[in-house]
Amino acid sequence: MTDTAPALWTVSVSPHVKSGESVEKIMWTVVGCLIPPLILSIFIFGFQTLIITLITVASCVATEAVGQKLLHRPVTIRDGSAVITGMLLAYVIPPGVPYWMPVLGAVMAIYVAKLLLGGIGFNFFNPALIGRAFLVATFPVAMTSGWLAPIRDGSVFNYMGSGVDAVTTATPLFVLKHYGIAGVIEKFGSLSSIYGSFFVGWRPGCIGETSALLILIGGIFLIYKRYITWHTPLSMIVSIAFLTWVFGGETLFTGNPLLAVLSGGVMLGAFFMATDYVTSPSQPAGKIIFGLCIGALTVLIRLKGGYPEGVCYAILLMNPLTPAFEQWFGPKRFAPQKGVSK
Amino acid sequence: MTEPLLTFPKGGGHPPESKDLSSHLPVESLPLPAEVDILLNQHFGAPCEALVKKKAAVVEGDLIGEVKKGLGAAIHASVTGTVKAVGVSGHPINVTAPSITLKTDPEAEPKAYTPCDWTELPKEELLARIRNAGIVGIGGAGFPTHVKLSPPPEAGVDTLILNGAECEPYLTTDHRIMVEHPGDIIEGAKILLKILGLRDCHIGIEANKPDAIEAMRKTAAETSGNGHRISVDPLKVKYPQGSEKQLIQSITGRRVPGFGLPFDVGVIVQNVGTARAVYEAVVLQKPLYEKVITVSGRGIARPANLLVRIGTRLTDIVSYLGGTTPELSKVVMGGPMMGFAIPTLDVPVTKTTSGVLFLTKDEIDARPHGQCIRCGWCLEACPMGLSPNEIGIYVEAGRAEETSQFGVFECFECGCCAFVCPAKRPLVQFIRLAKRKAKK
Repeated sequence: MTDTAPALWTVSVSPHVKSGESVEKIMWTVVGCLIPPLILSIFIFGFQTLIITLITVASCVATEAVGQKLLHRPVTIRDGSAVITGMLLAYVIPPGVPYWMPVLGAVMAIYVAKLLLGGIGFNFFNPALIGRAFLVATFPVAMTSGWLAPIRDGSVFNYMGSGVDAVTTATPLFVLKHYGIAGVIEKFGSLSSIYGSFFVGWRPGCIGETSALLILIGGIFLIYKRYITWHTPLSMIVSIAFLTWVFGGETLFTGNPLLAVLSGGVMLGAFFMATDYVTSPSQPAGKIIFGLCIGALTVLIRLKGGYPEGVCYAILLMNPLTPAFEQWFGPKRFAPQKGVSK
Repeated sequence: MTEPLLTFPKGGGHPPESKDLSSHLPVESLPLPAEVDILLNQHFGAPCEALVKKKAAVVEGDLIGEVKKGLGAAIHASVTGTVKAVGVSGHPINVTAPSITLKTDPEAEPKAYTPCDWTELPKEELLARIRNAGIVGIGGAGFPTHVKLSPPPEAGVDTLILNGAECEPYLTTDHRIMVEHPGDIIEGAKILLKILGLRDCHIGIEANKPDAIEAMRKTAAETSGNGHRISVDPLKVKYPQGSEKQLIQSITGRRVPGFGLPFDVGVIVQNVGTARAVYEAVVLQKPLYEKVITVSGRGIARPANLLVRIGTRLTDIVSYLGGTTPELSKVVMGGPMMGFAIPTLDVPVTKTTSGVLFLTKDEIDARPHGQCIRCGWCLEACPMGLSPNEIGIYVEAGRAEETSQFGVFECFECGCCAFVCPAKRPLVQFIRLAKRKAKK
């Protein structure tokens, strides 16, 4: 007996085998999927996008570590979730903001919107979007005018050395809102060339939101890994395209759905923000309706609100409805009938 | 295999099967141990009263304990020898439990059994033989078989299902007996059909056991006739395919109601091993005192499928198989999804032991758990459509009594939720706690 029995065995409750998945694996995979848009943003806007992103990520991770220490909780910065928040926050701020600004956004996102609400799994707003909303409310000028025109011909390295200052410009959605589709064509070129360059990402906008192509690749990889599902992104995009087509033009049914989807933060929001586990529903039916609602609110804000872009607030408005969605669209019970013992 | 595989629609998962450690190994008989500890309660119901006193001589198959009042099943001497003690011994869950310890007489002749013709026997005699043999559902729950075979007549039972799914990873017990003794199982099925007055029997087997499917089909075809319709239904490999409610849905499409029993939808389910025990009880008049178990895992020197006497201590099994490896970090009685971890090898095999697993650190996952990130994977995995994430959060928040809204009492603890949980949350443990506190 003594030969065969080691001192201590684990005697935890079943199941005794577990899948190889982990929170760390999910989070770091998402981080990996967010890196290609960052690399492209350097070529579009210059190296300050990398600097801003690094500052934001570092601030988020530091806030999480210090905050968890202050709150006497285990420090969980290795799980990668603060890194994602940092990247997403950096991706939704303009590339021309001063470097200290994202630090404030990071503290708001991680400490207030995440840690004070109970930490991972208990926040009811998307932390990165809270960070952005806080910055927009606090520094409205910088956050709505720090746009840079894309560097043409991929000459980012010449540009760095030339000493020419970055040119501030306006986003397609701003132009669309104030000057209509004619203004967009005048500023960004013919519609057919706009679709191509916008799809790849060569347009003014926030740091990581411009390239529909790279966001789509990352999102599809996450769907393939089954870390997210297609329901929310697809329903959100379809809803924005459809409602813009119906209401977005001079008369009914004359809006430009493709331009609406390729500009602003639609793609980034659909694949990386509206799919956040904690702040979105878990069941397919709930996800589809959640996505449709975000799309409708986005179009409403874009067309009737004061801001040219509505994705951020649309998602934030829907986030706290998640618990209600979980109740309304809960899983279907195997045996809903009343049993014999009743 | 091109034929369509039957399955259940909602939830389930694919834990690593790990059956190749032992699925190819023929059943071997463990040499008689020097002593056995026969627990007085190896079934669902009241414990047996011991019928023998210390120092009494017993022969294998002798009745040594029975339940005088209430639900239960008799127990029998599994070896020939003397009663060493009527006291307590180790128990896999309760630490210790009342038992009868027998000392084996190594010189004794093995008892011989001769088959008899059962086809002319009345139903009452068949049931009496099953009851006298102390047969319980040996797939796991240990419900007395003679009780299960007496459903209320108004239930309108029309189908018998034999469960050969064996969906738990590692376990290859049912697999081996289906390959090696298909005739016994088919004969047992016919006895069960006669008792229930039925024609239709479906034998459900997961498609990862093609040799068992073939053997059972061949035998069923060779012995067809007499108005029986015995079919072998290949099932999709998906855990928990062998769960009673899921198996009934896979094969018949019927859904057992909440808090209901299989006969509410006209079905009786028996494990293939139980069917074989029924054959032995009726045809050989041999009580249930030995059974095949799988001993597996990377923590045992030599995995095996063993025929052991009820009451055999795990220490005897381990020393026969060459001991454990240094990497051993968890010993589990039963399968890795629903079995229970034990702290000592000083416990005996019971009628419901399907296997003993010796798992190394690489096979288990002992990483600490974190907060729920609400990924919703457990909702997708739960075959009963429950919300394990909410139950866990409520239990952690000290509000376990509110969890019946999430269906905590419909949970049969298959473990799919905890298997997929990326935060490694002990959801089954939370649910067990919730079941104790929640209001029905």
